[in-house]
This record gives sequence, C-alpha cells and structure tokens, in this order.
Amino acid sequence: MGGRGDGKGIPHRYIQRCSVKEEIIFAGFGGQGIMLMGKALAYAAMNNGRHVTWMPSYGAEVRGGTAHSMVIISDEIIASPVVKEPTICVVMNRPSLQKFETRVKKGGFLIVNKSLIDIDAARNDIDILNIPATNMASELNSLKSANMIILGALLAKRSIVSLESLIDALKDALSVSNYNMIPINEKAIRKGFEYGSR
Amino acid sequence: MKKILMCGNEAIAEAAIIAGCRFYAGYPITPQNELPSYMSKRMPEVGGIFIQSESEISAINMVFGASLTGIRAMTSSSSPGISLKQEGISYLAACELPAVIVNIMRGGPGLGNIAPSQSDYFQATKGGGHGDYHTIVIAPASLQEMADLTILSFDLADKYRTPVMILGDGILGQMMAPVEFKSLKPKVESFGKKDWILDGCKGRKPRIIRSLLLAEGELERLNLKLQKKYNEIKDKEQRCEVLYGDDSEIMLVAYGTSSRISRSVIERLRKTGKKIGMLRPISLWPFPEKELKRVAKRAKAFLVIEMSCGQMIEDVKLAIDCARPVYFYGRTGGEIPSEEEIIKTIEDKTRS
Repeated sequence: MGGRGDGKGIPHRYIQRCSVKEEIIFAGFGGQGIMLMGKALAYAAMNNGRHVTWMPSYGAEVRGGTAHSMVIISDEIIASPVVKEPTICVVMNRPSLQKFETRVKKGGFLIVNKSLIDIDAARNDIDILNIPATNMASELNSLKSANMIILGALLAKRSIVSLESLIDALKDALSVSNYNMIPINEKAIRKGFEYGSR
Repeated sequence: MKKILMCGNEAIAEAAIIAGCRFYAGYPITPQNELPSYMSKRMPEVGGIFIQSESEISAINMVFGASLTGIRAMTSSSSPGISLKQEGISYLAACELPAVIVNIMRGGPGLGNIAPSQSDYFQATKGGGHGDYHTIVIAPASLQEMADLTILSFDLADKYRTPVMILGDGILGQMMAPVEFKSLKPKVESFGKKDWILDGCKGRKPRIIRSLLLAEGELERLNLKLQKKYNEIKDKEQRCEVLYGDDSEIMLVAYGTSSRISRSVIERLRKTGKKIGMLRPISLWPFPEKELKRVAKRAKAFLVIEMSCGQMIEDVKLAIDCARPVYFYGRTGGEIPSEEEIIKTIEDKTRS
C-alpha cells in the first residue's frame, strides 16, 4: 500500500482514524464541481491502494437546490456506496448545509463554504471548518476552483491522501480536454491546504 | 493497464465493445443513461452502430434485426422499459437469436421511481414475455463483474444462440469503483462460424428465420428443441459464489447490491463468532441449485435478502425442496436494506 499522506503538522489521531474508513458527502449546486471533487479524491485514494466507491445523487433534484456525491474510502471491501451518516461533509451552498448538517456523524467533520452561506452551522458535537472558498477562488481569478480550495483544506485537516497524490489524481479525474485546468486547480488545492493548516 | 474509476453503466458498455458488440440501440431511461451515452461516443470510434431509437420496442427489434445478420448486438433499459421489450425478447428466444439485454432495475411497479431495486427478478428469470422460454440471467455484484460478466454474457448468447439478460440495479449502474479491462477477452472464435445468419443467399440455399410456425407439430418440435437447450444450460451454466460454505449454520442468499450489504453483515457477525455465510447467485437463471443443495446439508436455515417483497426466495425453497427453513428480509420501492436491519432479522430468526 502506498503513502497515506506525509502527516506533517497533522495531529496523529487523524491519521489513525483515516486509515479505517471515511464516508464523505460533497454537496452544493450544479456547476460547483461537486461531482469532480468526489472523483478526484476517490482517484487519489484508489491510486494509494484503498477501496473506493463514488456515487452521485441521481434523484429528481430541485432547480437551484442541491446536488451531491458520496465517496467512501476504506481499507476493507465497501458494501453499499450510499452514505447516510457522513464522517466528513462538505457543503458549498446554504440549501446543502440545511439538508446535511444534521446527518453528519457525531464527532465528524463539516466544511462550510462561508462565502455563500450566511448562516452558521449549529452542531457542537462535530468539527466545523468555515472557509470563504468562493472568495478565495475569485482571488485566483477562477471562481470555479472553489471546490479544489475546499479539497485542499479537507486534506489539511484529514490526511486521507497526501497533497501530492491528490494533485496527481487530477489527471485521472479530468478529461484530457480539461488538462489545461490542472495548473489552476493545483494552485487552488495548495491555497486551500494552506488555509486548512493554519 | 491501471485501474480506472468508472460507473457500472459505463463498465458494461466498454466491456461490450471489448466483447465485439458493434450494434447498440436504446432509448433513455434513468438509472441506465450512462450506458447509451457511453455507447454513442464509443461505437463510432470502433466502427459500430449506435442508435437512439424512438422507443424501447423499436430498440429491441433493431437488435433482433442486427443479430440475425451475425453481429453482436445489445440493448439496455431500466424496469418499465424492459417490460416494453418483452415481446421482442420472446421473439429472440423463439428464433434462437443471440443478444444481450441489460436491465438496470429501478423501483416498480408502474413507472415507480428511479431508485435501485431488485423487483424484476420474476420477470427476468421466469420468461418475461409469452411462451415456453427462458433467458440466461446474469447478476453482477461489483464494478469488475459488470465488466467481466458482460463479456461472458455475449459469449453465452452466441454459444447457446439465446438472449442473455444482465440484471443490475440503480446502485450498480450509478456507482463508480475501480475496474480493470486488461485481461478481458471474448471467446467468440471458439464457437465457430455462424452458419445460420442472413447475409445474402447468392450461391446458396436461402435461410429463413421466423417464429410463426403454423404447420402441424412444427411449434412443438421447436419448443422441445428449446427445452433440450435449456436443460443443457441448466446443467452446465450454474454460477455462484459461496462464502464460508463449509461451516455455516445460517446461509444468507443474496445477489447484486443486496449481496454487497450481506457480505458486510457476514464479516461483522463472523468477528463475533457466529457461523454465518452466504451463497451469492451469479446466474439467476439457471439458478445455482446444485450448490444450494450442497450447502443445505450443513446449513440449518437460510435467509434470503432482496430489494423486493420476496421473489428469489421461491427458487431457494424449490432448490432445497424446503428441507430447511427459509426466511426472508427485503425492502421494496427503491429502498435498500441496512446492515443493522439484516442483523436484527438474523437475531430474531435464530433466537427461537
């Protein structure tokens, strides 16, 4: 099995926990790259020898509402790819926070895109990271890379894979015609990682 | 070649291309849309034909037409669309035409919903359309099997000149997981030249493929011939995976997505010392009755897990002649049984 992150600056307990099983929900509205962030992380974990599944929400969604993808990363064979109680949950817009906050597993981790969500998460039995991801993305002149900023921040807090293996996995997750987006995505991932490491 | 992440629908499509499928016709329906979508891109690349037909009925009949020219042909749909195809499948069976039909099941009856389900088991395994016939039914449970068993399905269809159905569900169709294509190879060459196809009769006697047989005794002769073939398939093509078959007192029986959840349950309960295992049918028709009979010698009880109100349970009871108690747990209408629900059922049934 390959690397599990360099672990630098990351509390040991996280590494311990991540080596077992993470069930992750990425949620936002269409166009925020919700599906891609799940896919990039799943690829990175797969390249590190983990079992992974990725599952989209394919239900009838409300326009302007939420779309989400579910990723499971585990050292054991994964039964159902459906995530009911995420250990990690990323919410990119307000409807997603309202829909998923209560579902996060006790002791789990919630990442909130503070740029687009003007209310606070209310749970006090989970870790919460508020990050102005969309604003940070606009500083990079790339609004669409807010998803990658959040992925970087996620890895700073939960070292599921190393930063480098996530960046490498962009080649797998993006189609060749989008390879010109890799440098900006890499920049965004590093910026998010920095923010999360603070 | 390295592993790639793909959804199940795409894995079936790519494996079909590898199997030499060069004709695909289908009509969109969730949750199998990635399959025709992938085909629409890949078929032109390999010189094959992709058609988005005007309906499911025309798609299956296009497959009928393609198959009788000797080409490997396929269609796919989800539950309500598969119902529409049943007449065509009956015709394929009657004319002994190979074809692969994919059903990525969703909740029914009626238009139902688009959530994963296993409630088309009866339809798939008992004939589905009219007349005395069976289709071979193959049930993958992982992304790798979505690929591997698609190749097998094309091979079986040609080998026995019969329609083969791949029966998955919305989860298997939609989920992405690692899959590898490097070792996949169809066995097409080993079946010899197709000497029954309609490829122009210049210089030879015309061949006729039809299912309307009005002469006295003609149709019974066809049926007896088909039955002989079905018996051979029953004898040779039963497939299943057995987990802890040698020491299990309780055997779960599940296929597809419910077998994934059951597997997880078994590993959890094994850690507590419970002697529990699973028989996972891979071929639903022919049903793996030989293996079931064998494990029934040791097992004290069976528990069938389905995403339906109980369909495969009938085949389990028949296979073991009701020699052991056969219990059931299922969820329906697009719901998925949870590990906890299955464990509770096991506790309830084994307490008494």
